[in-house]
Amino acid sequence: MSTATLASPVAAAAAPGPGGPQGPKPQRRFSRRNLFVYGTLSVVAVYYLLPLYVMVVTSLKGMPEIRMGNIFSPPMEITFEPWVKAWATACTGLNCDGLSRGFWNSVRITVPSVVLSIAIASVNGYALANWRFKGAETFFAILIVGAFIPYQVMLYPIVIILREIGLYGSLTGLVLVHSIFGMPILTLLFRNYFASMPEELFKAARVDGAGFWGIYFRIMLPMSLPIFVVAVIIQITGIWNDFLFGVVYTRPDTYPMTVQLNNIVNSVQGVKEYNVNMAATLITGLVPLAVYFVSGKLFVRGIAAGAVKG
Amino acid sequence: MREKLVRSAGEGRIRADKTAPPKASPMTDDQTRPPGRLLRNLNAKIASLPMILTATVVFLGGTIWTVVYSFTNSKLLPRLKFVGLEQYERLWAAPRWLVSIENLAIYGVLSLVFSLVIGFLLAALLDQKIRFENTFRTIFLYPFALSFIVTGLVWQWLLNPDHGIQSVVRGLGWESFDFDPLYNSKIVIYGILIAALWQGTGLVMCLMLAGLRGIDEDIWKAARVDGIPIWRTYVFIVIPMLRPVLVTTLVIIASSIVKVYDLVVAQTSGGPGIASEVPAKYVYDYMFHAQNLGQGFAASTMMLLSVAIVMVPWAYLEFGRRRRA
Repeated sequence: MSTATLASPVAAAAAPGPGGPQGPKPQRRFSRRNLFVYGTLSVVAVYYLLPLYVMVVTSLKGMPEIRMGNIFSPPMEITFEPWVKAWATACTGLNCDGLSRGFWNSVRITVPSVVLSIAIASVNGYALANWRFKGAETFFAILIVGAFIPYQVMLYPIVIILREIGLYGSLTGLVLVHSIFGMPILTLLFRNYFASMPEELFKAARVDGAGFWGIYFRIMLPMSLPIFVVAVIIQITGIWNDFLFGVVYTRPDTYPMTVQLNNIVNSVQGVKEYNVNMAATLITGLVPLAVYFVSGKLFVRGIAAGAVKG
Repeated sequence: MREKLVRSAGEGRIRADKTAPPKASPMTDDQTRPPGRLLRNLNAKIASLPMILTATVVFLGGTIWTVVYSFTNSKLLPRLKFVGLEQYERLWAAPRWLVSIENLAIYGVLSLVFSLVIGFLLAALLDQKIRFENTFRTIFLYPFALSFIVTGLVWQWLLNPDHGIQSVVRGLGWESFDFDPLYNSKIVIYGILIAALWQGTGLVMCLMLAGLRGIDEDIWKAARVDGIPIWRTYVFIVIPMLRPVLVTTLVIIASSIVKVYDLVVAQTSGGPGIASEVPAKYVYDYMFHAQNLGQGFAASTMMLLSVAIVMVPWAYLEFGRRRRA
């Protein structure tokens, strides 16, 4: 049920059934058609994998080898020094404590943002789906239209709001910003999901005297774990990868990882250490990549659900 | 809505009667409900409060605020001293803004066309009932999980003229091979485009594949029986049937194009010179570095306008059609 009812046929079709592709098994012949299909796909796959490969091999080489050699050649002598340096001692400006600071900042930003935004959006989606009140749809429409407004339009008003409530430059402020901008997509996701649940469930609970929060915590929440997982995936990758909000709403000592990474790699001082840069880039990409490879089809379902607005 | 709740509670009671004795008073909630209109359905309103505040204060209020202040001569701090269209005149006279717009136009059109075409072709290939479909899909989509900063930095390294692709090809013996888009102001935007396509086509492929999977198998059979070549089936039957998916994809790509910022910052920082500037970067730089808020507001209002030009007809078609249906 959870797969088919998510948002639309698109979402359902994005996740093929447990049996994998339907229909008869492909023929085993080396037909020209097969050669073309697999050949093209393999060439494109190599193209897609190449940057990841180059990142890995560059981060494992020493600088002399990089200066002499070819970026595609595997390292002759594997060294983990660039990784250690990127993590612990790479410099941004005057600070030389590496990416680790940015990493922990990003953790401190991502975890509360994910929890807060999903808590707000799930309760809100539930209210919109099952407890509609007058005007609810209007506010929801504004919220969805707002998702398409370029962030640049709202950057400065939010600076003023955060300054007024004393959160400008703090991690709490950034958490608030992420919760605000995660709201349209997540609310849509939860609203559609709760609206697709059988109405009898809701009615029966009402008859038994359960109220707003009782139904949410005892019935809706336990029955919608898959959609919560999808929401967590969307939010972790989205917030971890954010750059714009991080650079606008935090100070250098609270910069998230992406901002710090950009400062390390694109700093103009000193000799460019490409191996350290690539190690730092790879470390920053590891969290979303891990989420992606672990979550597999749920990630696909998340973007398909997120893609179908309205 | 109230009628609906009462009615549904009534239906539920009939249902409940069959299975179990009804609870003492299933309608307590309705009976003890306070009389005021505002207090009706109070919990739902409390739960929606963050949404209401976000929608009205941040989205609506923030947008109006920025548009209003774009007509002032705010410098370091926002001030309500109106100067008419002066900021816009200055904006459209600034070479950097014109370069930004030109870049956005080139980047936008090309990334729209290429990501749609490549995404569709990949989806069509994956839809041929092949083996390892999941593996291929995982490979094509993984860049989408990465940050634009990561993407930009990787491609900055790959396109590095001294160590990257150019030097490798020269090392193979083609000495005159020239490929250094990030250091050539004439073609730098194409260097950014390559990185953007690497990251973004996986998403388009995924959406298209979902659309293709939604097409009835019988259509393919009918086309085969009629002897229509595969490419003609795609062009004249399948693609028109994919219209809703195509429109959705188009809207997603279009709204992400206008926002392009991080990629440029990571890959070129707008250089060489101002050759790869984009509007979003213009806004940020004027608001937070040049301390010329008025210019930033005017530029961001122009961005809003360009999104509106794309979105309003789409919303009109989409929701107008739904109402008629």
